[in-house]
Amino acid sequence: MSLMAKAPGASVARLWAALEMVPEFHWLRAPEVGAAMVRGRQGATGAPFNLGEMTITRCSLQLESGAVGHGYVQGRDKDKARVVALVDALMQGDMAARVRAGMLEPLAAEMDAAKEARAAKAAATKVDFFTMVRGED
Amino acid sequence: MYVAVKGGERAIDNAHAWLAEERRGDTDVAELSVAQIREQLKLAVNRVMAEGSLYDPDLAALAIKQARGDLIEAIFLIRAYRTTLPRFGHSVPVETGDMACDRRISATFKDAPGGQVLGPTFDYTHRLLDFKLAAEGDIPDAPGAAPRDAPTPHITGFLNKEGLIQTEKESDDTPADLTREPLALPADRPLRLQALTRGDEGFVLSMAYSTQRGYARNHAFVGELRIGRVPVEMEIPELGFAIEIGEIELTECETVNQFQGSKTEPPQFTRGYGLVFGQSERKAISMALVDRALRWKELGEDDMGAPAQDEEFVLYHCDNIQATGFLEHIKLPHYVDFQSELELIRKLRREAADASATSKEAAE
Repeated sequence: MSLMAKAPGASVARLWAALEMVPEFHWLRAPEVGAAMVRGRQGATGAPFNLGEMTITRCSLQLESGAVGHGYVQGRDKDKARVVALVDALMQGDMAARVRAGMLEPLAAEMDAAKEARAAKAAATKVDFFTMVRGED
Repeated sequence: MYVAVKGGERAIDNAHAWLAEERRGDTDVAELSVAQIREQLKLAVNRVMAEGSLYDPDLAALAIKQARGDLIEAIFLIRAYRTTLPRFGHSVPVETGDMACDRRISATFKDAPGGQVLGPTFDYTHRLLDFKLAAEGDIPDAPGAAPRDAPTPHITGFLNKEGLIQTEKESDDTPADLTREPLALPADRPLRLQALTRGDEGFVLSMAYSTQRGYARNHAFVGELRIGRVPVEMEIPELGFAIEIGEIELTECETVNQFQGSKTEPPQFTRGYGLVFGQSERKAISMALVDRALRWKELGEDDMGAPAQDEEFVLYHCDNIQATGFLEHIKLPHYVDFQSELELIRKLRREAADASATSKEAAE
């Protein structure tokens, strides 16, 4: 769930469509948009303070098998929340291996690559200090 | 005093129709998409998220489009929208020590572990207009290098090992929330930090600048400035444990301030702290300086009578939506108010004229 919550909505939708799964389910809680208050700590390590809110969307559903899935995602993409909840529920059943191979693994690879690319660009801007020859000798 | 009057409906409707037309501008020029604003005016989007106090780049970009680029109007739209959202909960405090840093510099330690990473900065540019940007063109990929795989440690952690810097007391107290309770004074530090992080960038900058120029000078060094992404974790009641619900970009500034010691504290370095949504480095540094200035009481420093030390002055005036609301309301009809002022002035003038006529007669 953590992985999918952070993934781009377009990637989740694309991989879900490629899985060609249409599981029957009913809503326990239809997707709703709300906010979560993000907290930080004073001086990074001290007492918590309220930094500001972020939008999130959540939903819960139940498959015909009885498995319950929850979706909590950043932003206001209700369809993404639905897919996350479906994947959460499917991962508890015999489709788990297929969902892992078709959704979670490619998503993790894609996000790792994006993170790596950013870290590489940051690394290229790291300063290599060298000391100039001093004049006093 | 306000008196309800009718008759403006048609004028208002027509004004709004014209506003929509003016917002669009010349239709021979391609229309700006929300995605273009989100991707290409990212620092404006960041400011609207920080001061609107809601992290959602798409909404902030939409607000900027709707407000025709007026960022305070866009912040107003975001603040209004956020009041319509149900609050699902709060996050676990974010761990900025685990940040995937795009930028991380220290003005105090040249050889800081993790290095001086400049990131996509305006620093060292020549501030000359680049006319190449007026023409369309492809941008070559930025170079890469072997990425760092470990988290970048906080600089203040090193000073702390020697006990040279004042320690932040760990706690898990529930912080007061400005969005739930009106601001009450005296405000504790968590409440002040919330007010500052959503405060107006220009106001907080000016307050910080005033401390540098000598109004409650606190000798700040930028111990560390870091920009990057951190995961946001939240307890999910249905699950009974915390999961990551997303990832946000933050700018964090920790200042290290000279401190001679006071009646209650030994000589040591003290801290100012700034943490802001998005890449907002000017705001984060400003916030840290003002945070430090406002801590004079707890550190046993003297009240220099400086504006940046005055909690009431800073906290009650840093919110640009409150300020705009009160400032702009004076352009709305005050016909009856003014009528009574007019009557009063006429009466006073009449009395003054009568009085001088009487004294003239008496002199004659």
